[in-house]
Amino acid sequence: MNQINGLGRRGFLGTVAAVAGGMSLGWNVPAAQAQGAASAAANSAATAAGGVEVGIWAVVMPDDRVIVRIARSEMGQGTLTGLAQLVADEMDADWAKVQAEYIAPEVNQANKRAWGDMSTGGSRGIRASVEYVRKGGAAAKAMLIQAAAAQWGVPAGECSASESVITHKPSGRTLRYGQVAAAAAKLPVPDNVAVKQPSEWKIVGKGVKRLDTVEKLSGKLIYAVDLQLPEMLNASIAQCPVFGGKIGSFDAAKVMGMPGVRHVLRVGDDTIAVVADKWWQAQTALKALPIVWDEGPNANVNSASIAKHLESGLDAKEAFVGLKQGDAEAGLKGAAKVVEAVYGTPFLNHATLEPMTCTAKWDGTTIEVWVSSQNGDASLAAAAEAAGVQLANVKVNKHHLGGGFGRRGQQDYVRQAVLIAKQVPGRPVKMIWSREEDMQHGFYRPITMAKMKAGLDAQGNLVALHARLSGQSILAHLFPARLAGGADPVQFQGWNKEEFGYQAIPNILIDHAMRNTHVPVGFWRGVNHNQNAVYLECFLDEVALAAGKDPLDFRLGLMGQMPKLRAVLQAAADKAEYRKKLPAGVFRGICANYGFGSYTAAVAEVSVSKQGEVKVHRIVAATDCGYAVNPDQIAAQVEGSFVYGLSALFTSENTVEKGRIVEGNFDTYEVMKLDQMPKVETVVVPSGGFWGGVGEPTIAVAAPAVLNAIHAATGKRIRTLPLKHHDLSHA
Amino acid sequence: MYPLGNSAAKGAGMIKLNVNGRVHDVDAPADTPLLWVLREWLGMTGSKYGCGAGVCGACSVHIDGDVLRSCSVALGDVGAGKVVTIEGLSPDGLSHPVQKAWLAHEVPQCGYCQSGQIMAAAALLKAVPKPTDDDITAAMQNICRCGTYQRIKAAIHDAAKGGAA
Repeated sequence: MNQINGLGRRGFLGTVAAVAGGMSLGWNVPAAQAQGAASAAANSAATAAGGVEVGIWAVVMPDDRVIVRIARSEMGQGTLTGLAQLVADEMDADWAKVQAEYIAPEVNQANKRAWGDMSTGGSRGIRASVEYVRKGGAAAKAMLIQAAAAQWGVPAGECSASESVITHKPSGRTLRYGQVAAAAAKLPVPDNVAVKQPSEWKIVGKGVKRLDTVEKLSGKLIYAVDLQLPEMLNASIAQCPVFGGKIGSFDAAKVMGMPGVRHVLRVGDDTIAVVADKWWQAQTALKALPIVWDEGPNANVNSASIAKHLESGLDAKEAFVGLKQGDAEAGLKGAAKVVEAVYGTPFLNHATLEPMTCTAKWDGTTIEVWVSSQNGDASLAAAAEAAGVQLANVKVNKHHLGGGFGRRGQQDYVRQAVLIAKQVPGRPVKMIWSREEDMQHGFYRPITMAKMKAGLDAQGNLVALHARLSGQSILAHLFPARLAGGADPVQFQGWNKEEFGYQAIPNILIDHAMRNTHVPVGFWRGVNHNQNAVYLECFLDEVALAAGKDPLDFRLGLMGQMPKLRAVLQAAADKAEYRKKLPAGVFRGICANYGFGSYTAAVAEVSVSKQGEVKVHRIVAATDCGYAVNPDQIAAQVEGSFVYGLSALFTSENTVEKGRIVEGNFDTYEVMKLDQMPKVETVVVPSGGFWGGVGEPTIAVAAPAVLNAIHAATGKRIRTLPLKHHDLSHA
Repeated sequence: MYPLGNSAAKGAGMIKLNVNGRVHDVDAPADTPLLWVLREWLGMTGSKYGCGAGVCGACSVHIDGDVLRSCSVALGDVGAGKVVTIEGLSPDGLSHPVQKAWLAHEVPQCGYCQSGQIMAAAALLKAVPKPTDDDITAAMQNICRCGTYQRIKAAIHDAAKGGAA
């Protein structure tokens, strides 16, 4: 980020062509405008089309359409629509005429990042944007009213706006936004505009339809993988299957005569690309290409050796402390009863259904890329670095993502596309990873284990908890500079002072023995909350049962310091009628978690046949994200979170043999299909006063709730995932 | 890896292919997967590449009314079969009952798998106009990583009732 800021303060007039609702728009965005100076949209395609910027967040068309600028990425999570709701509500725009478009990263860059952070991860897309996008909408409304008032020669205070119409109250005269936009655009952008109180919202808080659905029903939406450009070539790549290995040798002559093949290229020191007229030709030739890899020092690493490495951390003396309260060691020593258990979870690929893809074109001085990225800013920087040019010589075309889940925050595939394009100047080259390449070269959810210890007093009160994590650190792999004295604070997600829900336990120690491997790790939707919640929430069930207490009552009794977490767990329990008996053979499990600024809880209703087949009949999931911008999209994220989270519980894992990932496709990396989808009932309980995330927090509660129900059904406590390795048959 | 049928002809040459009611002359080897013929030779990118192994269903198309995974069908094996892709499911891309139901239920998240899901659902409803839950779970074996299955099921029921508009 520093690099972007450092290189980017040059300020030039950016012109971009944007497509909104099938219509091509362009505009100029002077750097000064972000500081509140007058808009200067002259000499642009926008003027020709009659659309004008009113402030920087909205373009108003003569027919009153409002096109909201979006800086974050849309990968299915609904952020694009939610952000448009926030801007449109403050503008008092007619929602039926609202559309959205991406702001180009280079335009953001050239304007001192006036549109803010483009990074779309950590469930921050809306909650980290709410202040400035709402102000942007409110500023646009003030400008439109001011322009109308000036036209009428009346005080602005006598005018109001509703559904894109301005009314002069004393005279009853009206003007539409499209009629005054040109005049409004010339006014200074006000600095200090007030935003609405929640009680005044008309569009925010409603489950309005998404703005981007129609094109997804007809096959017309162009994902990065679908791009077709004149003169375009296609590339398929092979990366050294062993992480850390390099290219040894390859015999290009063997495939150069194959249909369509143009080039066989080195891409850095560990990747080979075949470039052909068509991707299928490139892929066919790549498979026929004789390659010898220099597998490097990791060629003998396997899952068993990694497990041993992690086990060494469970009782290691040295560990980073994430949370300390009282004296856990003394508390355990003095306890009447000690409960102990070891848990573990595997590496997991994000497995976006659209594989990593990027198109790049090098013309000798500038590099242009077309990409599905979770971070337009980072794609711009990565393309510049790989091409060896200044940021001003880069153009990034953002496409909707065919899934992100954290994977597309990394820019490895952008760098590769640029390195390929630089060797094929003058023609765009679209690189598509095969599924196998995608599966075996991810940034995996880190492998971790946890040794959990709890001490109960004679009355069954939980008086001491020690959670020892052992496993791989994301920051150590991706951002070592962000380690704090060697420790990875991300490892303690859900388990730090801010997020840990059970601080009524008098003695707590949570620590981490870092055990890194050669496998690249990254931010997998929900990140470390997922594993930590499995360890803690299943273990708390074990402890509750050892104390002879009901798992719900036991938890509620420890949540005094976090009343909103307690309320959301209670809301889930109430909706699920927790105190009522279930039909014979059906059992409940519960779970709660606080992460990404939101409180989540789940109740699972599960049966397990004598033969060990699990059926999840019903999930009740409650979410308190503070303010609910679009309740229907929140429900969609909660429903989807159970598919992502329960895939990880039941079947998904990546294993390592001979230094490489074993699973190559969805036949071995199994994910949930429709037949396993439980009925998910979403309870949105927005308590107000804060903005929490939505896309990730529910994943954490999916697996533990079901695992706890499985224990209730079978008496079997499963402590290592995935479930497919366990025999759940029972008497 | 690519189970491409028993196509004997491997050489290049014009092969006739009927897609969405139009016959194309395709200059591709007979063992080229239909998916890549659609995407790269004909420029129709609505059918998606997800796995290339017939597992995920993102490439689902109809051939003579049956839903098939186009990544695992060789061009040379299509013969006179009539291929329908997402682009040809309805004239405006919106008016098929399944598309209407998908819109009413806000099914898509990222949307990448939805071409295939919609083609699978359309074929199901043609074969079984009033499907039960079991019919749906048996027929809908396409992967959605965003997890839209609950809405897919509801939308299919709605489309079967003719209720979603």
